[in-house]
Amino acid sequence: MSETAEAPGPVTIVETPIHLDYKFTPGVAQSRFLRALERGEITGQRCPKCQKVYVPPRGACSMCGVATDEEVKLSGKGTITTFCVTQIPSPGLVPPYVTAWIRLDGSDITSMFLIQECDPAEVRLGMRVEAVWVEESELVPDLGNIKYFRPIDEPDAEYETYKDYV
Amino acid sequence: MSNRVAVVGVGQTKYAAKRQDVSMAGLVREAAKRALDDAGMTWSDIDAVVIGKAPDMFEGVMMPELYLADALGAVGKPMLRVHTAGSVGGSTGVMATHLVSSGAHKRVLVVCYEKQSESNATWALSIRLPFTGGSVTGAGGYFAPVIRAYMRRSGAPDDIGIKVSVKDRLNALNNPYAHLKIPDISEEMVRESPMLWDPIRYLETCPSSDGACAVVLTDEDTAKGTPNPPAWVHGTAVRSEPTMGAGRDVVNPHAGRDCAKDVYAQAGVTDPRREIDCAEIYVPFSWYEPMWMENLGFAPEGEGWKMVDDGSTSMKGDLPINPSGGVLSSNPIGASGMCRFAEAALQVRGMAGDHQVDGAKLALGHAYGGGAQFFAMWMVGSEKPNA
Amino acid sequence: MKSFLRDVAIVASATFETPSEPSRNEVEMLLPVIHDALGQVGLSQGEIGFTVSGSSDYLQGYTFAFVGALDAVGAWPPIRESHLEMDGAFALAEAVAYLQEGHVDTALVYAFARPSRGDLDRTLSVQLDPYTVAPLWPDARGLAGLQAQAMRDSGRYGDVPDVTPTYVGDGVTAVILATGDRARELTKTPVWIRGIDHRIEAQMLGLRDLGSSASTKLAGEGAGATNIDEAYLHVLYPHQELLVKDALGLDRQPVNTAAGPMMVGGLERLATAAKSIAGTGKRAVATATSGACMQQNLVAVLEGAAA
Repeated sequence: MSETAEAPGPVTIVETPIHLDYKFTPGVAQSRFLRALERGEITGQRCPKCQKVYVPPRGACSMCGVATDEEVKLSGKGTITTFCVTQIPSPGLVPPYVTAWIRLDGSDITSMFLIQECDPAEVRLGMRVEAVWVEESELVPDLGNIKYFRPIDEPDAEYETYKDYV
Repeated sequence: MSNRVAVVGVGQTKYAAKRQDVSMAGLVREAAKRALDDAGMTWSDIDAVVIGKAPDMFEGVMMPELYLADALGAVGKPMLRVHTAGSVGGSTGVMATHLVSSGAHKRVLVVCYEKQSESNATWALSIRLPFTGGSVTGAGGYFAPVIRAYMRRSGAPDDIGIKVSVKDRLNALNNPYAHLKIPDISEEMVRESPMLWDPIRYLETCPSSDGACAVVLTDEDTAKGTPNPPAWVHGTAVRSEPTMGAGRDVVNPHAGRDCAKDVYAQAGVTDPRREIDCAEIYVPFSWYEPMWMENLGFAPEGEGWKMVDDGSTSMKGDLPINPSGGVLSSNPIGASGMCRFAEAALQVRGMAGDHQVDGAKLALGHAYGGGAQFFAMWMVGSEKPNA
Repeated sequence: MKSFLRDVAIVASATFETPSEPSRNEVEMLLPVIHDALGQVGLSQGEIGFTVSGSSDYLQGYTFAFVGALDAVGAWPPIRESHLEMDGAFALAEAVAYLQEGHVDTALVYAFARPSRGDLDRTLSVQLDPYTVAPLWPDARGLAGLQAQAMRDSGRYGDVPDVTPTYVGDGVTAVILATGDRARELTKTPVWIRGIDHRIEAQMLGLRDLGSSASTKLAGEGAGATNIDEAYLHVLYPHQELLVKDALGLDRQPVNTAAGPMMVGGLERLATAAKSIAGTGKRAVATATSGACMQQNLVAVLEGAAA
């Protein structure tokens, strides 16, 4: 804003705070997923048509457009199919930190998670990882139960086994 | 196509980080007025208005077409508002084309905009739904892993993204409307800019811009009486696929390949690399240029990076990509796709000024959005398409 | 009224409405309704030429609400698809234009909303001029009250009812369109869209005559809304029925009004009109409204071919 003593300059911006409250309904499928998380389990749902397993489940196979119902319990281990090293600060995270697309064993889609307990420079495609959970007493129906993933002592997956999961 | 459609007017605002000299209404009006002037028309000549922009929560105005109706001369007329994520600038152009090709209207004003200085896009994109844990935020955080997967798949050298960044910023120096102007841009400067989301460096990302872009579309009869040469629409296409689909390929999306094939078929193009003179494509992060070269069928899979490496996509190459400087130089999100469509039209009208590709007769405009699951394209030419 | 290059008919539709959906998300609400509509004419999503939807992020409470909703469609292989941040009735108008081009002969139009998640009257304030009006938070019902009072002051309407909102909370509607012969193949009772038009007015209330609906009148003329047997009107408050009837010159025809869920209600009116007159040989008008005090209005004229 440019102003002179004689005439005030134009108003260039007005701030109007908007406060709106919403209730959130996760849905039937995600509610089941959240209840499983509360028990310390990860569950997906299998599409009755293409047989692919979705995690987190959203109640439908988005490719087939049909409802999913069959629950599938997953181990919490998976493979990094690709990742990014973030160098800019984010609330609660000190850069550099790694976010990876992880294909959980038994699922057919990737999910994005933090990778910790590991030097970012060591993270690589095909790396095998597992979920690290909050203490049992802290379990709630929230994906935040999984604090992050960490490397496990298994050989890297072959490129051919995960290259299509991006 | 049913009825032929012509682009007879193009108007853009100066793109800048902050356009605090105008309100949102003033911003869209600036672009619209320039498009009308180019078309030799006034507000009253327009039959219908179509606007497009990214999420309402960016600027905090719900269904802003209601507020903008008066400023855009739409009172008493049909007005539509399209929203298809980042591809919206393109899909708005496609839907507006249908309003003319269907015979519903003769003269349609299309306006897309974003006023990022009056918004908080990062906030709007990071609304944390309950139960979802600490999710990763920011477009760079989403697309950087996709780029890494492309690099692994194609074996492209590490400096391809840097070359794209330099090329587009050099092109922007010849575009009076471009936001970023970096006269001393160099590969060294890009390489040494901070790494944000490895493998994406600061100078390999798009800026946040305020801006609006407008076009006037008409039927064939109306186009005869306009002062400047028209661009003829030879084809339009949209394609969408699921965001979270098991078996979807985010690096080389099926929807993008299908969308390109559709628009080429409509335009009678069988060898896109040779027949298309230039293209304006949606490249918000440098590496998306080589990726889209493959997705659009300009290069075989795994070889898009070679077109960057050998200079084919530069102004001196055989297929200049983003002569305007592209999204890497100006990014008014909701308008960015429309800028691509409008710049393609300017090229075949011979009206692109200092960034004109000599003799451009056929040009592609391209936009994508979301997690690269939404695509919109149009092909425009200097000659009328076959009926 | 302009004639169409290709006749377009509503061949199927389905709707679900509830005051407040307790447990399902948008995808789970949409899936059975879309499947119901497709099933009525034996189509699968793969056979649909163009898909378009209407919804509002501000009603859902987060950005890109339409992106997730697409999961209910099964967009694979990739589909021709678009989205309007408007009532689904406007999406239907876009589909009609799209079908004129002749590349495809069927369309799926759907709309969804869950306004029960928030405070609708307050949320709608965010539609107003962001610099001078929205900061005052005038609520939607209060603005409708100004409209009702302007009608009383005009002395043209006799008794003008009080402003009681009639909109339903949550819902989804899906409509299947088809062109010419394809429509006749799919159903014995296609309902032809003989005209469809929509018009907008200035937002600022001081620039408008709130005692009439100029945009409804223009859209009615554009859509050719004459010789009407039945009317299916989208009105959010009882007094608005008088405005729409006046603008469209309706007097003796049976009138069926509903508000429906915001963003869905207009499309639902078109769907219900089509269901009601299918196979009857009757001609109906259906409307959709949007914006404060009916700022924007759509009028469609439908004909149910006699069975």
